[in-house]
Amino acid sequence: MLRHSWWKILCALLLFYTIVAGFLGPVPALPILDETIRNLYFHVAMWMAMMITFIVSVIYSIKYLRSNNALYDIYALEYARTGIVFGVLGLVTGSVWARWTWGAFWSNDPKQLGAVIALLIYLAYFVLRNSMTDMDKRARIGAVYNIFAFAMLFPTIWIIPRMVESLHPGGMGNPAFDTNDIDSRMRAVFWPGAVPGWTLLGVWITTLRIRLSILEEKRTHSNV
Amino acid sequence: MLLEVRQQYTFYGVLLYVASTIFVLYLSMGQPEGAVWKGLFWMMQLFICVNAVAKSFLQEGKERLLYFYSIAGARDFILSKLLFNALLMVLMSLVSVGLFLLMLGDPTSDVLWFVLIGSLGGISLSLVFTFLAAIAARAQQSSALMAILGFPLVIPQLLLLNKVSSIAFSEVQGGLAGMIGLLAALDAMIVALTVILFPFLWKD
Repeated sequence: MLRHSWWKILCALLLFYTIVAGFLGPVPALPILDETIRNLYFHVAMWMAMMITFIVSVIYSIKYLRSNNALYDIYALEYARTGIVFGVLGLVTGSVWARWTWGAFWSNDPKQLGAVIALLIYLAYFVLRNSMTDMDKRARIGAVYNIFAFAMLFPTIWIIPRMVESLHPGGMGNPAFDTNDIDSRMRAVFWPGAVPGWTLLGVWITTLRIRLSILEEKRTHSNV
Repeated sequence: MLLEVRQQYTFYGVLLYVASTIFVLYLSMGQPEGAVWKGLFWMMQLFICVNAVAKSFLQEGKERLLYFYSIAGARDFILSKLLFNALLMVLMSLVSVGLFLLMLGDPTSDVLWFVLIGSLGGISLSLVFTFLAAIAARAQQSSALMAILGFPLVIPQLLLLNKVSSIAFSEVQGGLAGMIGLLAALDAMIVALTVILFPFLWKD
């Protein structure tokens, strides 16, 4: 049992560590940010988990196109779904943070816009899949679109927001992953705790969903 | 492979569409200032593109596609489609820039730059929509799907184009080259993806 579920226990432990150390641990006192800097453990780590799940999803899409194995399609779909969940969570945590530091939940910042566009592109993936009934065609076109959507992530969240003025940390002289802003105590929570913790949680959710949809698949087939 | 030039009725149809929409805009707006002008221009481009490019796949019947398939490979086919649609959109962009200048006035500081940017924008929009039209044509209910898929996908490009054109509107033209380079890189990425992925859509 331990051999199969060690990573689930690890995930729970890491998240426990992240939450406890994230809320109670020491953080550098910076002007304006104050205690909101703790959001790093949640907001930034969730975006990273989203990026990782999307990468896994696109890998399965490529695998599907190469092998036509329907299992890979289910994997790709469910990983993309989990990625969306993390994306929405990242957006929400980000805008709660923005409420306290920028003064409003939403201020049309380029980063916020880019993130919303990226999520819309991925939501269109689900719309596209639902619009088709033929299983094989749905999987193939879905995989093609998924790869395309993944490629569009780069301009929307990595490149364009960086080229324009933004209030978001990491640009225009705003603090981010600088040695002055984040000290080693925060790193000790962020890298070993928050990032793998949230990512493993995503994998866990996804494997549950994959098992569910494989069961559903089997049931519909046995009914026919 | 460019025998689509023969389908001239589409061309004149779109041309008429462009002219009449801009005329209606002129009647209702008069001569707006820079920002509005720019916004209207890109919205126009977007709708022209949806109309012109979407037709290219949706109008073809199954038999015709089969015929194309038998005389050319998937890669050649999609490349020629991309090329044709890009040319079409360049032409349409030039026409609409001309009409905009004629009817809605000229708030640009440098018309030549804007013509260049307009046609570049036309090309990039047409590339995205060609790919989407290919997807939408495979999934049956196509035109509604085009809209749903298309609008989020073109937003980054429209944002970039807007940025580029606002640089063209002002006197100082710093950073223009970088933006245009980025746009070109985005286009190149879309072309590469389309060429790689289209054969998977195609086989049936």
